[in-house]
Amino acid sequence: MIYIQLFFSFLQIGLFSFGGGYAAMPLIQEQIVTSHSWLSMSEFTDLITISQMTPGPIAVNSATFVGIKIAGIPGALIATTGCILPSCIIVTLLAKLYLKYRSMGMLQSVLNSLRPAVVAMIASAGISILITAFWGSDSSMTLTSIHWSMVIIFILCFLLLKKAKMNPVAVMILAGVLKLAVSFLGG
Amino acid sequence: MNTKRNVLWKIFLSTLYLSAFTFGGGYVIVTLMKKKFVDQYRWIDEDEMLDLIAIAQSSPGAIAVNGAIVVGYKLAGMTGAVTAIIATILPPFVIISLISVFYTAFRDNFIVSQLLEGMQAGVGAVIAAVVFEMAVGVVHGKNPLSIIIMILAFAATCFWGINVVYVVIACALLGILRAGMEKRRKKH
Repeated sequence: MIYIQLFFSFLQIGLFSFGGGYAAMPLIQEQIVTSHSWLSMSEFTDLITISQMTPGPIAVNSATFVGIKIAGIPGALIATTGCILPSCIIVTLLAKLYLKYRSMGMLQSVLNSLRPAVVAMIASAGISILITAFWGSDSSMTLTSIHWSMVIIFILCFLLLKKAKMNPVAVMILAGVLKLAVSFLGG
Repeated sequence: MNTKRNVLWKIFLSTLYLSAFTFGGGYVIVTLMKKKFVDQYRWIDEDEMLDLIAIAQSSPGAIAVNGAIVVGYKLAGMTGAVTAIIATILPPFVIISLISVFYTAFRDNFIVSQLLEGMQAGVGAVIAAVVFEMAVGVVHGKNPLSIIIMILAFAATCFWGINVVYVVIACALLGILRAGMEKRRKKH
């Protein structure tokens, strides 16, 4: 039963994530945090962090991570299969059609309409990650319960990325080290 | 000699290598694939590769996986595609399996938990920077419909709690409709 759930959840992630990169993130959040509660929002954020620091697509990394946590190695294999199956079918079909007709007008138009929505959905997922970072998982969102050290680390990281064009992995490691330093100094 | 087995073995090794050592997502990996299969092996010509990359980028799913499928399929049919998929999946599967073992063992360690907590703010900043750039791109496109789609999709997923799958389906249908209207306009 759990195998079937894993398979269909990751099938949806594979089928509806367009645009690569972070595009799968809102779908993964919907499936594994919101619908099935397989991961807490904090674990999900850790997963995205780990995905950023290791090679491989976020969707495949998540399938392996969640699959193992819920149902061991077989779970990971089934989740990964579910996640790549739509790609296998659709991409092969499109490659076949393309090699035959050499035209992709409809596809381009669909993609043009999807792109702005993908930006918006990644923004929403990013906001829930920041809420977890600033307030922790359970506490209510008030100005007094906000972790100010995390807000400052966020702003610093954002500036380093935008102004100094620093490498994202280096920025994330710096963020971790800063938080560790703050907690040792008693913050 | 480019026997079929030889070709499959080369597909396997090169996609495995690219998958294991490429940090920074699908867009980077397809560029490296082009370097390998067009410039180095000369198995695919440049124009065709650009179209294959476009297919990989516009299909659903991870771009690295899609890229492996188109290249494998083009070079050696279904067996080629399967070979390339396995080689692409293998490195992240092994790495994340190992990490997930450590993760459960170390998450409660004070130092690890503080590091991970700080990194949550870091990854939030990385996503914010990416979104910022993408949103600026959409606004600069000066297409009013795209801007409306972006605002509505944000409201739908952030405030109204609508499942992202429905947003994707709605936008895909809108794209089909737009393509149909464009065709009719060209006829008249």
